[in-house]
This record gives sequence, C-alpha cells and structure tokens, in this order.
Amino acid sequence: MNVIIILILVSLAVALLFLAGFVWAVRSGQYEDTVTPSLRVLADETKAPAESISESNSTSKRT
Amino acid sequence: MGLRRAGSAAAILPNLSRADIMSSPAVLLEPPAVAADDRCYHCGEPCPDEALALDGKNFCCLGCQTVFTLLQENGLAQFYALNARPGTRIRARVSAARWGFLDDPAVQAALYDYADAAQARVTLQLPAIHCVACVWLLENLFKLHPGVGRSVVNFSRREAAIAFAPAKLKFSELAALLESIGYEPQFTFGEAAKAKVSPWRQRTWLQIGMAGFAFSNIMIMSLPFYLGLDTYNGPWFRTFAGWLALALALPVVTFSAADFWRAAWASYRQRRLTMEVPIVLGLVAIYGSSVFEVATQRGPGYCDSLCGLIFFLLCGRLFQKKTHDRLTFDRDYKGFFPLSVVRKHAGGEECVAISRLETGDHLVLRNGELVPADAKLVAGEGCIDYSFVTGESEPVKCGAGERLYAGGRQVGGAIEIETVKPVAQSYLAALWNNEAFHKPGNQDLDSLTNRYSKRFTRLVIGVAVAAAVFWAFKNPAVSLKAFTSVLIVACPCALALAAPLTHGTAQRRLARLNIYLKNALVIERMAEVDTIVLDKTGTLTTADAGGVRFQPADSGGRNADLSADETKWVASLARLSTHPNSVRIARALGAAALPVHHFEETPGAGVAGEVGGHAIRLGSPAWAGQGAADGDARPGAIAGSAVMVAIDGRVAGAFVLENTLRPEVGKLIALLGGRYEIALLSGDNERESARFRTIFGERAVMKFNQSPADKLNYIRELQQRGRKVMMVGDGLNDAGALKQAEVGVAVVERIGVFSPASDVILDAEQVPKLAQVLDFARRSARVVRAGFAISALYNVAGVSIAAAGLLAPIVCAILMPASSVTVVVFACTVTIWMANRAGLRTEAPPAPEVLR
Repeated sequence: MNVIIILILVSLAVALLFLAGFVWAVRSGQYEDTVTPSLRVLADETKAPAESISESNSTSKRT
Repeated sequence: MGLRRAGSAAAILPNLSRADIMSSPAVLLEPPAVAADDRCYHCGEPCPDEALALDGKNFCCLGCQTVFTLLQENGLAQFYALNARPGTRIRARVSAARWGFLDDPAVQAALYDYADAAQARVTLQLPAIHCVACVWLLENLFKLHPGVGRSVVNFSRREAAIAFAPAKLKFSELAALLESIGYEPQFTFGEAAKAKVSPWRQRTWLQIGMAGFAFSNIMIMSLPFYLGLDTYNGPWFRTFAGWLALALALPVVTFSAADFWRAAWASYRQRRLTMEVPIVLGLVAIYGSSVFEVATQRGPGYCDSLCGLIFFLLCGRLFQKKTHDRLTFDRDYKGFFPLSVVRKHAGGEECVAISRLETGDHLVLRNGELVPADAKLVAGEGCIDYSFVTGESEPVKCGAGERLYAGGRQVGGAIEIETVKPVAQSYLAALWNNEAFHKPGNQDLDSLTNRYSKRFTRLVIGVAVAAAVFWAFKNPAVSLKAFTSVLIVACPCALALAAPLTHGTAQRRLARLNIYLKNALVIERMAEVDTIVLDKTGTLTTADAGGVRFQPADSGGRNADLSADETKWVASLARLSTHPNSVRIARALGAAALPVHHFEETPGAGVAGEVGGHAIRLGSPAWAGQGAADGDARPGAIAGSAVMVAIDGRVAGAFVLENTLRPEVGKLIALLGGRYEIALLSGDNERESARFRTIFGERAVMKFNQSPADKLNYIRELQQRGRKVMMVGDGLNDAGALKQAEVGVAVVERIGVFSPASDVILDAEQVPKLAQVLDFARRSARVVRAGFAISALYNVAGVSIAAAGLLAPIVCAILMPASSVTVVVFACTVTIWMANRAGLRTEAPPAPEVLR
C-alpha cells in the first residue's frame, strides 16, 4: 500500500461529492430555465403568496 | 375558389384585433411626429392628441390606463420601475365568456399539470412576456387576486406555471384576468397534446456531467504516464490506475454514450452508415483495447481520450439541441384551431371539444373566433378574416346561407354557423394533409455530415484492415495493436462537431435578425437552392404600409379632391376607428383632431359622425353611399380596395388602398436574378403584371390567378426537372407549396402571430435581406467543408502514426482534444466572420432579448 492510493481515493471521494451536487442541481430543475432567474434578481424581494394555496403542492415535481 | 377573392370586398370593422396593424408604422406617409413624452406610460405607443392623463402620466387608451390603476391599487407599481413602458397595449375589451371553454372538465383535464380539490396548477403560454417587468408582474399575480397562488415564469419559453384555487377563481376567470393585464394566454391543440416533460434536458446535462467528471479525474491520474513518471512507483500503480480509469469510464460508455449506441443500432438495422457508426466503433475499440492493455499489464489504456471524446461530442450535441429548442416552432396544424367551440342544441348552448364536432352541428362564433370546419352561415352577419388562409387582411362579408371556410376568423358580432364538413376534411386540413406534409425525414439523411461520415467510415476501416494485414506479415505482434490504434485515433469527433457548430452559430446569428430556421439542416438545403419562387401578396407587397390614394367621384357634379377642410373632417373621423383601413387613412391624411359628434361605428360597414356640422360617412360603397342623391355615381373602376367617403349625403369619392411593394424589392430581385432562376406566383389577378415585369425582367416566370394547388403543382414540376426550389410565401394558403419546396420560407408581419408549415420564418422587414441570407448559407456550407478538412488533417496525422504501430497514450490524449478544440473555435469564429462578410451584421452587440 502506498500513501498515493489514499490520496487518490480521497480526491476521488471529494470529486464524487461535487458530482452528486451537480446531479442534485440538475434533478431539482436548475438547468431547466437559465434565463428567468437572472431576471428575477433584478426585482426587489416580494412576500410569498398568501397562505390560501399550499406551497408544498405547487412545488411538487409534476411539471 | 372563393377564398382567394377575400381581399376584394372593402369593409370597415371596429375592434379588429389584428395586432400587426397597430404596431407597424406607415411607410408612405410618416405618422405625425410624437415627442417621446407623449408616449403611453403603460405600453409606449404614441398617444393621441387628447391623451388620457392620470398622475401626470399619459395613456394611449382606456385599457392601458385601467391596467395602470389596477397595478397601482394592488401595490404593483414597481412594474413601471423595472422597465420603461413595459406594458402591452390592451386592444379589445376583455370578456370572460370568451374563455368559457376552459371550464369544460375535458379541456381542463388536458391542460392542468396538477389538480386536487383545493387547487389546480396549469402552465400557460403567454407570448406577450418580453421583459423583466413582465416576469415580476406575473410572479406577483397573487396580489391581484386572492385565488392565485404561486406563479413561476419561464422566460425563454414564454410560459408561466400558475397555481390557483378553482373555488375562488375559475380557470376561465384566470385567463380573463391575465388577458385584462395584457397577457393573453394562448391555447393550442398541439400544446395540449405535447408531452409535458422534456426528459432530454435533464438527461443530457447528467450525461455531460458524468463524462466531464470521468474525463478530468482520469486525466489527473494519467498525468504520470504522459510524462513517463510511472516507473517511479512501479508497475502496480499503472495497473491500479488503469482499473480505476476503466471503472470511471464504464458509466460514461454505458450511460453518457447511450444515445450514440442507440443511434448506431438504429442505423445498423436500416443498413445505413451514419455519423454514429464510426463513433461507436471507436468506443468499442478504445474500451476494448484499454481493458486488454490493463488486464495484460501492457499499459494504462486510453480511457482519458475516451471520456474526453464523449464529453466534447455531448457538448456539441447540447449546443445544437439548445439552439433548436429555443427556435422551435409548432408546425402542427391543429395548433391553429381553438380547443373547443360553443355548440347550440335544443336546450341551449354548450362548450364542446373540437374533435367531437359532427357535420350539421350548429355553432356560435363570437368576435375573433376561428371557423373550425367548412360551414354555412345560418344567422348573423358574417365578416370573415381569412388572413390565416390567404394572407389577405381585409375581411369578407357574408350573408346567411353563404359558405364559410375553415381557418377564417369572425370579426364583429356573433354568428351562428352550421358545419357542412367534419374538421378533418375541410379545405385547410385537405391542404395540410397533402402528402408534402408527411414527407419522411429522408432529406435529413442526405446532410453533409452523413455523406462525409459514410466515406470516412469506409476509409478508416479500410486503413485499419490494411495496417493489420501489413503487420501480420511483417511483425504479427504489432498487427492487433495497429488495427485498434487506427480505430482509436480516427474517431470522428471533429467531423461530428463541424456541422452542428457551424449551423448552430449561423442559426443564432439569423435568429437575431428575426430569421428563424426550423433546424440546422435548413442552412445546408438553402445552400443548394437554385430556383426561387416568390409569392406576391404579403411577401413582395405589404398591405399595412400601403399607399392611400383619393379618387374623386367621376360624375354627379363634383370632380375634385377633398378640400383642406374636408380632409380634416375625414381624418378626424377615421382616427376614431381601430379598423386597419381607418388607421391607414388616418395616417395618410395626417394629424387632425376636430371634435366628432354622434360617432357611430357599424361593424362590417363603416364609421359615421358629425364633424364641424357636416355628416361624414366613411365605409364600404354600399353603406357610405346610403341616402346619397340619385345620380351620384360610384367612382370609376377601382384597383385595390376602396373606402367610400360621403359628405352631407353626397358621395365625394373613395380612398383606394393600394398594396405597396416592400422597400428594396427591386434591388433584391436584381441580386437574386444573377444567381437563381426566379418565378413569381400570385393568387391575385393580373392587373399589376406590367409593374412586376419591369422588376423581374423578361426571363422570369410570372403566373397569376394561382390557387394553392397550382402553386404546389408548379413547385413539384420544377422539382421533377431537377430543380432545388426555395418558396417564399405568406399565409397558410401557401402552406402546401412551402412544404413541398426544398426550403419553405414563411414571411410574417409579426413573429409569434403566425407560423405555417415552413422551414424558415422570416420577419417581413427582413425580406430585402434574402439575398444576403442565401449568400451566408452558401458560405456556411463552405465553413463546414473546411471543418471537415481540418479534422481530416488531424486524422491523417493520427492514423499514420497508428498504422505504423507507434501510437502512445500521450499522442492520443493530445491529438483528440486538440482536433476537437480547433474545429470548435474554427466553426464558431469563421461562421460569425462570414455572417459579417455576407452583410448580416447585427447593429447592436448581442443584446439580451430582455431589453426588447
């Protein structure tokens, strides 16, 4: 065994973490629309919609 | 055919919602100059002289002012801070009844993304979305109505996903609410039928991510081998790194490259040689020989090159897909029809989906609704705008019992019709169903890339076999290595990238000039065109900016132009109407705003009013001439459409609205004439033939009174003579011809309003640039060939080394990315340079579309 193997495995593990992060980002739809978010930040923060509509449903993955 | 005569009737109509009329400036006569401050605070269009003012802001119409007030009251004033004059002009009065069909459960089921007892979620097409303020306003929609929940805008797709509570706000009311603030939702069959998910997006990103991950990590591990440092750690390290690389490359080969496997398998089954075949061959060779090398401890394998190859290929593919996705337009003919119509039955009225219509059904059509199938007018005054069908903007008046054709649009009051043909058999569907529309994608297979890849694959396999045979005699140990090395190094990565990148860049550049191509291959087909067939109306001529000429009545006592006073009276009256003819006349006569009393607008007939004590009537000859003294003759023979003027009961004459040529048409024809065979086909009569003969010259073919079928047949005839035809036309009338031609170019006055089956959608203002566009297409094809040449150079170098049995991993690792990067850079920069050379320079630097 050599220390380089440990180093390679550690670096690979870190890289895998980033890969997992990327997969999460893709799955959560961040690559679906890359234009609108850049426009959204231009407007000032506004409050979330009234409580009459439940938030959990509207963000479900059924697009 | 009655349809083609659509433009001959002159009629004045109020409330016509043809948006293009409102926004296109007159060319012949400049509109009255308006200071910047006089523009509408909401929509930015010029305000009339006595603009509506509120809070020191001017508004062009009550609609805009209402939206402003509504937004103010609901704390949404920031809308105006985000972008100056961000609104859309409110053109017609909003009626919730128009959206009644949305409350039909069958329609809702087709449109809803999600629904439960408490809430529903729907994704709506809102073509009016155009700026930051739109995004902000639509995402704050909940402030306007308590029934609206979260809304999320997708700017690039002009969509909004809106959650709402149907108990508080019906779907039809939501649509009406959106329409009332200027975002009219668009519903189409095609949209409803379209799959809601776009799985390729996420998949392609994941595939690229995987390939990039493996590529970079394997390369880091391979660094010692590139530099010859591996002996320091001993051969065990090489084996370890080799197996690790093989493990990392496995998901790349199976998952990331899945599409290549599938495409190669498909082309194998069809016995064709497409681009994917050599790619997959290379994959197998690289992975196979890597496994062999690692297992026999000969070397570290070529997994780095393998992953890099797939990574670059996928990047090129993503670029192509994104370009295509952004420019995609719906060519499904069903998309032109409304989803459901109001059907009359014994008990009253009901909304039915269009697919359930039967022959003999009685339907009620309101203002702005399409005739879904060929029908007979039963009651009401029909005034049908066939602009979808014929491209003529002037509506046709029909009485009870007359035949109406599918695709026409009722303007004015409600009418009752009886369908005489089922939807599928109607006139338009018959034209659309022409086999030209179902032409399988054969022409796509003939693309430059596929032609080159065929030769490429044969050549590579030939060289590989030759190398193997050569070494088998000379030194059998090297034979297998030479064979696989050739397959490895000859991967057609650069070859596969050259065309998509060139075409994609070209497509984007053209799109910035409002020229939209259906797909990248259209560029290639455009480069091969040798015959151009042009439609007249709407393509070479424009009705919107047409010339307006006054023709005095030729008898009855007065034969003179309107006096200055009379001109003012007529102008004052005309400007009160929104009908295209009135708008044109008002523009032509210039600014005049005398007070008008007793203003009255009769749909389908004209406008009347009292100006300065004189009764003025402006409208169709039959209507405006009413009450005129006997002996007042109609003006003489009129070419074009006429609007009659009567002053104090006497016919003064008529305005003749001519179709004018677009600017620079003569220059365009002269430019094209040198290289292409040109023909002019027109549905109109021959009265303007002499004028066009002078423009087109003696050689050009000119045909008049052409029906859509005639046009289609003419193009087919040309093709049978071996011609590659480009058809430039307008209107669904030309749809068959557009599709039959190798390249069909649809000319539209406003992008997004109209998209018939065609390969190219051209903004009407870009018609004069057609010659440059064709020039650019030919240059692009040359760029692709040059890209192939570059890739060929790399391949010759690589294959020579490989065939000599000398291929080292480092050569492979350098050569492959280098060839890809060279081709990418070459294709993008040279294409842009070519576009500039061809005169297709965009005025501004790539402005984000946000800024309008």
